[in-house]
Order: sequence, then structure tokens, then C-alpha cells
Amino acid sequence: MTKIMLATALGLFFGFALHRVGATSPQHIINMLRLKDLRLMKTILFAIGLSSVVLFLGLALGFIDVSHISVKSAYVGVLIGGGLLGAGFAIAGLCPGTSLAAAATGRKDAMVFILGGFVGAFAYMLSFDFISQTFLMDKIAGGKVTLAVTGSAKYQALITSVSGTALAIGLGLALMAFAWWLPEETSPKNKTDHKMVPAE
Amino acid sequence: MNARLPWLAGGVLLAMSFFLAVMLVKPIGVSTQFVIADAMVWNQIDDTIITKSDTNKKGYASSNAYLNKSGGKYAKNAAEPMNYSFIFVLAMMAGAGLSSLLSSSKSTPAQDAKEREMPQVWRDRFGSSKTLRYSAAFGAGFLVLFGARLAGGCTSGHMMSGIMQTSLSGYIFTIGVFATAIPVAMMMFNSKSNGAV
Repeated sequence: MTKIMLATALGLFFGFALHRVGATSPQHIINMLRLKDLRLMKTILFAIGLSSVVLFLGLALGFIDVSHISVKSAYVGVLIGGGLLGAGFAIAGLCPGTSLAAAATGRKDAMVFILGGFVGAFAYMLSFDFISQTFLMDKIAGGKVTLAVTGSAKYQALITSVSGTALAIGLGLALMAFAWWLPEETSPKNKTDHKMVPAE
Repeated sequence: MNARLPWLAGGVLLAMSFFLAVMLVKPIGVSTQFVIADAMVWNQIDDTIITKSDTNKKGYASSNAYLNKSGGKYAKNAAEPMNYSFIFVLAMMAGAGLSSLLSSSKSTPAQDAKEREMPQVWRDRFGSSKTLRYSAAFGAGFLVLFGARLAGGCTSGHMMSGIMQTSLSGYIFTIGVFATAIPVAMMMFNSKSNGAV
């Protein structure tokens, strides 16, 4: 029962956050992907970096249970599937999480996207038997691996010469710095209006 | 609809949601629940799809190889929908709906209704045909969920939760996504009327 209450609270929070950062808007996603308006990219990269820093601090200080770590396998299909997802992501401006959240705010194109998603997921269920016997399931670097040592016995780390905490916090800070550095908008118009100095 | 936070405040809020999830339960993920919902419907139509099992670790089996994998994990989740991951996704939808209700819109109701059919960037490029936008959205939904299942996760599970944990799979997935998403978005939407460079 506690699990269900946690699911409700954490789900509400995540959905609320997705809407407030603008991720449920295909307009913002498409303008991010065509590199016009990078605000959403700054938000997402900063969020990943910050949560990573706090996660590895929490693991090091012992207030996060290492059993909560859950690492997905790396295999050829991750890259190919990512590529397929990327194409649809750009066409619609929606991904699985944001389409559900956007539909809940009344977006009709997101509702149609979800129907397509149900059919796509079903097509995968039917083709899994075949796909699972191909190179697409070939593991990369051992599969369920991380770059930094997490302390979990279930997942091997690729880089063991550096402390996992230091490495992950370094990577997280680098992501945050990159997010900070990225411009909000790349429209050349605004820049020329304000910054162009006559050549004379 | 315009309740958008400044990028930094938004980043902190989103980071809190990722972090709290992994601290209290486990990393966030969404796309598996499309499979679970499909399986629930399929099992309603044909109740031989999911059966109880003494041999599978999770206590359920399926005639479908995908639902039957990992000891019948997906079969179990479809048979018992009151599980963490499924409720999480339903609550996520409620959270977004709630945020939308609580936010004041800068635009008129008519403008909002138009935006809910298609984004302005689409309208500028392809015109106002709903048939065209909805057909593209359906096809894109198919691609996205087929791709997500082939990859074993989506933007939330692989990209956000994955990179947060420094998972190799998260980085590989992200490279795959942007390798197609950025060129496709530029080819589709960059035209003179849309202010292309």
C-alpha cells in the first residue's frame, strides 16, 4: 500500500514538473530539436546533472539505498531503437512520457500519438520472438554497466581507477555547466539587433 | 497553457522529481506501461494470453514471448495493475492535468484550442490540416513506442534516469535519439517562413 501511495505522490510530482518546464509542449520540443530554442535542453541537462550529483552524494553518505539503483542493459537495439524514437520524437514533438502528460492537459494530437504508440508497442510484442534472435540483442561492453562505480554488486563499472563518487559528481557538474553555458535562443536576428557594431 | 518556469527553476524542479523517485523507490520510467496497457486489453479480448504459472518466477506466464520474459514480469504487471510503475504513470498524467488547470493562460480559449490540435511550428510549415497532423502524430507514436521497446526504455528511463546513474545504455540511447531527431526536425521544420538560418 505504501508503494501505491509513493507511486501516486511521485507520479503527480513528475507530471506537474514536466508540464511546468514546458516539456509537454510539442512546440518547445520541436524548436529545441531544430536548435532554435534551447531552454528545454538547458532545463533537462541541468536536471540530469543535478540529480546525478545528489544521487551519488546520497549513495556515498548512505542516505540512499544502493538497491534502488536500476541500470538498463546496453545492446545494439538501444542505439537503433533510440534512432527510431528520435525520428518520431522530431515529427510529433512528443515522447512516451510527455505524450501521456500532454494528453492529460487536453492535447488532441498527443491522444492520437498515444494510439499510434499502443499499436507500435504491440507490433514490438509480436516481433520480439524474432528480434531477440538477431544481432539487435548483442550486448555492448557487458550490458548492464555504468561508467562510475555505484557500489551495487549487480552492476559493473567501466571506470574503476577513479572513485565512483568523484567521477559521477564530476560528470554531473560538467552537464550542469554545459546547460548553463548553452544559449537560450539561437535566432540570429536577436543577436544582430543588439550586438552588431557598424564596421566603421 | 503558459505556466512555463525559467529554465533554471525548471531544471531544479525536474531534478527533484528524478532524485526523489530513486531515493524513495526506483528510477523513473514510462514506456513499459504502453506494453502493460496493451497486454491488459489483449488479455480482455483473449484470456489465454496471460495465465497463472507455478514455474515462472513472478507467478504468471504468457503465450507471448515478450510478456513472458524475465520470469513473466510484464505478464504479472498486466494481471495486477495496482503496481507501482503503472500507478506512477497514471499519477503522472493527473499531475500534468492538474498543473494545466492551475495555470493561467496568456492566450484566448480559441488560441488554446487551436494549439491543442497542433503546435504553431507545425501550422506554419504544413498548414492547418488536422488530418495531416493527426496522421503524422499516429505514425510518430508508432515509431516512438516501437523504438522505445527495442531500446528497452525511453527518454525518461534511458536518458534521464540512465545518465543520472552513469549507465552506458543511457549515453548510447541519447546518441541514437539525437542522431536522428535533430536532422529530422531541421529538415521538416526549417524553412524560410520559420526563420531558418
